Amino acid sequence: MSTATLPEHTSRQLATTPKAQLIDMLYQMLLGRRFEEKTAEMYALQKIGGFCHLYIGQEAVSIGALSTLRPDDYILTGYREHVHALVKGTDPGRVMAELFGRRDGISRGKGGSMHLFDKEHGLLGGHAIVGGHIPLATGVAFATKYQQRDQVTLCFFGEAAVNIGAFHESLNMAALWKLPVVYIVENNRFGMGTAIERASAIYDVAQRACAYDMASETVDGMDVLAMRDTVGRAVDLARRENAPTLIEARCYRFMGHSMSDPVHGHYRTKEEVQEHKEQDPIRSYVGILTGAGIIDQQVIEDLDRKAREVTEQAIQFADASPEPSPDALFEDVYSMPYSPFTRSEQ
Amino acid sequence: MALITYRDALNQALREELRRDPTVFLMGEEVGVYQGAYKVSKGLLQEFGERRIIDTPITEEGFAGVGVGAAMVGLRPIIEMMTWNFSLLAMDQIINGAAKMFYMSGGQFKIPMVVRGPGGAAHQLAAQHSQSIESWYAHVPGLKVVAPSTPYDAKGLLKSAIRDDDPVIFFEGETLYGSKGEVPDEEYTVPIGVTEVKRAGTDVTIVAWSKMVIVALKAADTLAADGISCEVVDPRTLRPLDDAPILESVRKTNRCVILEEGWPYAGLGAQIAYQIQQAAFGDLDAPVTRVTGVDVPMPYAKNLEHLAMPTPSRLVAAVREVMYLD
Repeated sequence: MSTATLPEHTSRQLATTPKAQLIDMLYQMLLGRRFEEKTAEMYALQKIGGFCHLYIGQEAVSIGALSTLRPDDYILTGYREHVHALVKGTDPGRVMAELFGRRDGISRGKGGSMHLFDKEHGLLGGHAIVGGHIPLATGVAFATKYQQRDQVTLCFFGEAAVNIGAFHESLNMAALWKLPVVYIVENNRFGMGTAIERASAIYDVAQRACAYDMASETVDGMDVLAMRDTVGRAVDLARRENAPTLIEARCYRFMGHSMSDPVHGHYRTKEEVQEHKEQDPIRSYVGILTGAGIIDQQVIEDLDRKAREVTEQAIQFADASPEPSPDALFEDVYSMPYSPFTRSEQ
Repeated sequence: MALITYRDALNQALREELRRDPTVFLMGEEVGVYQGAYKVSKGLLQEFGERRIIDTPITEEGFAGVGVGAAMVGLRPIIEMMTWNFSLLAMDQIINGAAKMFYMSGGQFKIPMVVRGPGGAAHQLAAQHSQSIESWYAHVPGLKVVAPSTPYDAKGLLKSAIRDDDPVIFFEGETLYGSKGEVPDEEYTVPIGVTEVKRAGTDVTIVAWSKMVIVALKAADTLAADGISCEVVDPRTLRPLDDAPILESVRKTNRCVILEEGWPYAGLGAQIAYQIQQAAFGDLDAPVTRVTGVDVPMPYAKNLEHLAMPTPSRLVAAVREVMYLD
């Protein structure tokens, strides 16, 4: 493939991104895919309980976005966040152990699939009320500006969250107070089973930024280099000028809303899902890297083998980790040793 | 000692803690330029500037969440609710966010945040502006709930709340702001979770907090004239509840009336009555009784509002009832 035929953002990213990082992004995508495939298996084996939302199909969004961050930057996300955690640097074994509800889980087995937290790596959750974490991300950005630190906060949420009040309240404050935050809408077209056309009066989510005089961009969320290109600009703007951006990443979820939901059915057809699967973000990226001569088949196979091995090791780690001790039930309710609601019961 | 208002006592607590710790900031509606809807934050913008005294849009869920997020990365937010009624808009952030973050993150993220503002009925503010909802917040593990009745307690407890590493829900009394009391000139704090006997007595224990302590003390004066000696016990902190002094008092008087401004059904008084019968059943000479706000939305008309509120005369009647006097 000649670089002259590539979209401008692709050529730009191929020219400016270190080769090792381009390859690492492919590895992250493969790891995310293999990890989630195994998560589905583990769910079927009942090693994982509760609600469990898989990221298969949307990998390009978080991997492109997070490739633009410094390690000390923060992210907050919704409940479809296993891959965000892996990419932010959380140990895959500790993510899987959390899904298993084990002692070595990244949230000590108390959060589960929807509440992954990793303070060391700047992962501030893992939140399960749609849109409820958007004010939190706004507050994190408020705090970094208050403390005159030049960190940037990324906040991920689905397109269904843009209809909730917390979204609008947050964007208004972020624009009013000039906060270093980037809001990334993972528009996978469906809020559970409700298509965006049936839930939002405006189809173009990015247009909502106009109401707050905020910068915005719409980007192909199935294209990891497009994500990197677009989010990179927004992160620069946030870091240099304390200006927020709203980014709409158009993507597609290949699986059901959660493990308890069908892949297709009343709300979308099998054919529609199949059509989008043909735009698989990993396959597209492999095509770009191969065409640019950055990788060959051997590299792909090696990366994929590594992704499978790391996933397998994560499962072994999670399996070997004990359940939380019963004492853990009363730990971390308060910052001091557990204080029941009355002194006489202590 | 100086005789100052409850409002000024809170203002002193804010000022002293803002001076003491640069990570403390105050955020809310009208806290800055307007000097506070109830003037609790008077003068703070002038001393600390716009960086630390932050006027917000009317967006309770939004700025409560900003507080939680800021607390996650090292600040100590004080979030003012113009009144606690408006906090209903922020309950997702307070309950799903502030109260649970430390637990669901496996102990990684403390939320050292204070949410404060006036609660309870004032004068003819009608159904949406007259609620006492401390029972709602006291229901939630992960929160601490404080409701001081005097200027001394208000200042000392607010300072403790700001220094606390957990989220503290701080109920001020809307009609207490102008009340006066002695406050030391030197620095002090009042610890969270310590009950205080506000008036010693021998015949009946009255448990009351916030504005209801004033009602209880009035009723106790009336009853004293009839030769009935009431002990008024003020928990000051509603969660965690220091119930030992309450039980100690009940074991002495063998009778208890709980006075609360909120609604009766599933109210905090029911919880306290449960604790008393569980721990001191054999000491009771009469069933534990409650005097509460009436189980209706607050009406506007002056006469109806009066009927809906716990009053000294209703409390006097309840005390006489547990004494088997009527």
